[in-house]
Amino acid sequence: MSHREEVVVVGAGLSGLAAAYTLARAGLSPLVIERGDYPGAKNLMGGVLYHRPTEEVFPGFAAAAPLERRVVRQSLWLMTPDSAVAVAYGGRGWAEEPNAYTVLRARFDQWLAGRCEAAGVRILNETAVTDLIVEGGRVCGVRTSRPDGDIRADIVIVAQGVNRLLTERAGLAPPLDPREVAVAVKEVIALPREKIEDRFNLEPGEGATIEMLGAATRGIVGAGFLYTNQDSISIGVGAMIHQLVEAKLNPNDLLEGLKSHPMVRPLIAGGQSREYSAHMIPEGGYRSVPRLCGDGVLVVGDAAMLCNGLHREGSNLAMISGKLAAETVLECREHGDYSAAALERYRRKLEDSFVLQDLRKYENANEFFDHHPEFFTVYPELLNRAAHAFGTVDMVPKREKQAEIWRLIRERRSLWQVAADLYLAWRALG
Amino acid sequence: MSRNGRPETAVEDRRPDPGLAGALPETKRRIEAKLFLNRFQVDGSSHLAIIDQETCRRCPEKWCNYFCPAGVYEFDAASGVNLVSYEGCVECGTCRIGCPYRNIDWRYPRGGYGIQHRFG
Repeated sequence: MSHREEVVVVGAGLSGLAAAYTLARAGLSPLVIERGDYPGAKNLMGGVLYHRPTEEVFPGFAAAAPLERRVVRQSLWLMTPDSAVAVAYGGRGWAEEPNAYTVLRARFDQWLAGRCEAAGVRILNETAVTDLIVEGGRVCGVRTSRPDGDIRADIVIVAQGVNRLLTERAGLAPPLDPREVAVAVKEVIALPREKIEDRFNLEPGEGATIEMLGAATRGIVGAGFLYTNQDSISIGVGAMIHQLVEAKLNPNDLLEGLKSHPMVRPLIAGGQSREYSAHMIPEGGYRSVPRLCGDGVLVVGDAAMLCNGLHREGSNLAMISGKLAAETVLECREHGDYSAAALERYRRKLEDSFVLQDLRKYENANEFFDHHPEFFTVYPELLNRAAHAFGTVDMVPKREKQAEIWRLIRERRSLWQVAADLYLAWRALG
Repeated sequence: MSRNGRPETAVEDRRPDPGLAGALPETKRRIEAKLFLNRFQVDGSSHLAIIDQETCRRCPEKWCNYFCPAGVYEFDAASGVNLVSYEGCVECGTCRIGCPYRNIDWRYPRGGYGIQHRFG
């Protein structure tokens, strides 16, 4: 099967398909190599896909794609083991102008791959890429798990996902560090759609998302999530790997803890678990973005650590990076020059876009949260206690309650510390 | 690793929950029940390998036995071997970078093998 291709894309995830589709629309016929039985078989995310970035790459997708629900309400819960303070935004805004959808990637990616094929993309399933073929420092193709499976290519786009073995082997990226990656586990729980709409106060087809901080991860830096699908719920927990390892915690135990939380249990009661999965999330941000190109090779999506965990964004960065990589290939193709120097314009395109601008904005966030666990421990706890005290109606005058809350806060954190924490948070995130 | 010696009431002490780390068999049982939900195409040979069993024997905490979301690793004290149940691996890759000794050779399963998400 040793043969020659113009463009090879490794991985039929969102970044790889975005790159391939953009190339196909320009008249090329790229080959996408996918290790799963079908595109989506190996792919996973919590489940939120954003409308505008997807529309930018796949115009008109929303009319035909297997989307689960249109997200009209987003909530953030700050949790203790038995309570939560919630902040939510909902209403007409996203009901009238779509912003995001929940999706199940095995279904969505399969559909997306079909659309890509219709545009001229060729997809080779059930084929794992085991290595890059490198000659004289230049990437000349890929080695696959098939017998005689070398495929030579003018340009290789690595869209391998977070387990970026190829880029590490090619020397483009150092081995992943447990401080820059989270692992998330997720369960899909089947529930009748009317129940979902009743429990979450939704119109038919509308969806809600909940992000959970604090006790959801037992104070480890990370978050829980709960997303409504058409007739199932995606619930999961992600936590930074170095902290999880050190605490000797299993992510599934965190998930089971979350499922039994008094605020969560009634939402999933009576549901049937359908699938259990796990995936790593590149959380390293701007500082962990590797070299994005070499001679004959470009790196996109999770493989390039393009993920904005703080904002729950990843699929959009993946697709836009795929599109920008494809546009770079098209430009370089005109001059027949796929050298690292020529491909460097891909990096500049990313720097000019929200992708690297957002990651640069939060480049200190990881380190900040690593050194300030109180945002996942003390503050959710205090907020909940304060809400409980202030909301409990007894015969205690409000002024006394206020004094009691201040006393609670000062017990945990001096006012100077609180001020410093907030200032540093603003410096790191603002 | 130990955070002992702090007063019980401090909010910070919620992390880590000491009750959980001790209950490894329970953790494994819960995971096993969930792996039955998944569709696996099991290959005849493992895509995961312990590079050096001696390193596992010397590893003081056997971290991989705790953190793997699929409970793939189990150190057998009797034989001194870190057993690898690759059949239930969900292919997240956490063990590859979570093992502080980088003692796990992690590869992708052969094309078409391993977990096949139906939902994803």
